[in-house]
Amino acid sequence: MSALPDFKDRAKAALADPVLKTAIDRTTGNAERKRAAALAAFPEFEAARARGKAIKDHVTAHLDHYLEQFERNATARGAQVHWAADDAEARAIVTRICLAAEAKLVTRAKSMLGEEIGLPHALADAGIERVETDLAEHIIQLAGEAPSHIIWPAMHRTREQVAELFKAGHQPPPAAEDPATMVQSARRVLREKFLSADIGISGANFLVADTGATCTVTNEGNAELTTTPPRIHIVTAGIEKLVPSTAHAFALLRLLVRSATGGEMTQYTTFHAGPRRPGDADGPEEMHIVLVDNGRATMLANEFREMLRCIRCGACMNHCVVYRQIGGHAYGGTYPGPMGSVLTPVLDGLAASRDLPNACTMNGRCAEVCPVGIPLPTLLRAWRRRSWREGLEPGSVRAGIGLWAQLARRPRLYRLATRIGLPLLRLFGRGGWISRLPLAGGWTDHRDLPRPAAQSFMDQYRAQQKGRK
Amino acid sequence: MSAQPRPRVGLFVTCLVDAIRPQIGFATLQLLEEAGCVVEVPQAQTCCGQPALNSGDDRDAAHLARQTIAAFEGYDHVVLPSGSCAATIVHGYPDLLAGDPDWAARARAMAAKTHEITSFLADVMGYAPAGRRLNASATYHDSCSGLRELGIAAQPRALLSHVEGLEMRGLPGNDVCCGFGGTFCVKYSDISNAIVTEKAEAIEETGAEILLAGDLGCLMNMAGKLHRRGAKTRCFHTVEVLAGQADGPAIGEEAS
Repeated sequence: MSALPDFKDRAKAALADPVLKTAIDRTTGNAERKRAAALAAFPEFEAARARGKAIKDHVTAHLDHYLEQFERNATARGAQVHWAADDAEARAIVTRICLAAEAKLVTRAKSMLGEEIGLPHALADAGIERVETDLAEHIIQLAGEAPSHIIWPAMHRTREQVAELFKAGHQPPPAAEDPATMVQSARRVLREKFLSADIGISGANFLVADTGATCTVTNEGNAELTTTPPRIHIVTAGIEKLVPSTAHAFALLRLLVRSATGGEMTQYTTFHAGPRRPGDADGPEEMHIVLVDNGRATMLANEFREMLRCIRCGACMNHCVVYRQIGGHAYGGTYPGPMGSVLTPVLDGLAASRDLPNACTMNGRCAEVCPVGIPLPTLLRAWRRRSWREGLEPGSVRAGIGLWAQLARRPRLYRLATRIGLPLLRLFGRGGWISRLPLAGGWTDHRDLPRPAAQSFMDQYRAQQKGRK
Repeated sequence: MSAQPRPRVGLFVTCLVDAIRPQIGFATLQLLEEAGCVVEVPQAQTCCGQPALNSGDDRDAAHLARQTIAAFEGYDHVVLPSGSCAATIVHGYPDLLAGDPDWAARARAMAAKTHEITSFLADVMGYAPAGRRLNASATYHDSCSGLRELGIAAQPRALLSHVEGLEMRGLPGNDVCCGFGGTFCVKYSDISNAIVTEKAEAIEETGAEILLAGDLGCLMNMAGKLHRRGAKTRCFHTVEVLAGQADGPAIGEEAS
């Protein structure tokens, strides 16, 4: 929920953890390969991406219209729609519903929006038992951790570590450490909870305006077991999840699943349209939908508008060289990776998170794989611009760039500076390399610096030209 | 003289080449002349402004954009031996100066005639090096800005295929960032180090004698890491091989 300012310390700790690196390489490497294979078998990807982008842009441009339409249709189906301006309001609404229903036990299907608004802590504070039903969320609940990836929340944990967690957290512990036995053990533990929960809370991958339905997609079926047996189903969703119709949801789903897991379709794709109707065999008695703004309306009107297209597939982080070194927790916000580095300053403020948009090489691979064409490096640069303008960049950086710019803006002075500076710099070198340079430890701590030329290109060139004349 | 006037090209060597490795500038100059261009080197050039642009310092970046445009806009083409500096002019300048009525059109015109060297040689001039020989194995890293912002991938490979005796070996992860990222590599040096370590391992595993790339920043990062690791890989800018200069000292080697 809240970003911590010590990004560099967290990154350093992550880099020093070889088990974490193994876990990251396994998951992101797999994700990258599977996505590539899925796209190779999907020649219409570019057309689908253009359509997905157009759908999201259309909804963003007419958000008020679709929000009203969604509320009207969801209400007509018997759901109660609530509006939350920020995370605190969203927490308050959910907690109020839970307390009014005298809920003791709540099951939850994985939802990053729920993490964003701090739902796990809010339920704990209200004295309500929360059970995470997604297998990976179950793992990190046992570990007392937050998600490190938006698709695989427990991707930072190796199979071996999960076995330890289950041994300690399951009663009785799993009989063996192979994946199948461990999954069976989790299923047994979770089954009891599914059937005894008072309330089930889910997110939504899509909010369908013309039917008033919310849509969840999973590969485990836990969302259906979370939302169907309990008396009450609560949906928490960001307002950017709206689509005009079911057909539009499927157009985006084709992109989402291939980009996230490399599958063609999720195992379970469920549309929840209102509570149980008379004659229905099952379903909740009440359905509540909490529509959360939490900074999104502001993004509509500023330079981060394109970020509202995000469908939370995780491809940007799977293909990010920084994420693949430090993992998700080092980022310190709800959302990691490139998309998180754009969103965290929105959610937690730029002052607390200015490192995130800066800790990027601007290599552009994230934008290349984004299924809805979000120009992530451009948006990260927009945060850098704000950070510079608001004076949040460290004094040393401002001074360095300032001094360099003063020289670069004066070509004659710049020539003079290279004429004096290059021979001085060469004094630090031996052979063709400089292996230690004061004030440049960021470079020479890790790699050698090629010794600069004794005379700059411009000076050499000018001397040659004079010689020719 | 041919009937068609030879194109006048303004060569922007970039600040890194100017200070660290002038040979790249001279190789670029040689190739442009071989391709039939009249080449000039405006004295008012310093840096394209990318460090300011990527730091969020738009004021200084815009100043350097205007200075660079004023120095180069009189040429038929502007050519740089760097994909990332060329991309700064092609994409960054029009964006930076979009709201400036005196400069927006000039920035767009400048962008339209600015090229990275290998794409200029292959796509604009239809040039191919002749009579070049280098008996060595080499691998090529695609620098990110050139690859993704300017679409440079086929051109350097096509040009290198004309160098006799040069055996090109594929580099696994050739399109994955080397961890340089301009000021990133010193601001977040631990992360950058982890990234370039993996890159160096991949380069060493190819067994190639030479590493080639089209951006000196990335080359300095990879060459510096390879040297620190004790690897024997020699690093050159693509144009140095194309110009027949790879028999001279590689990056980090001094002329004896």
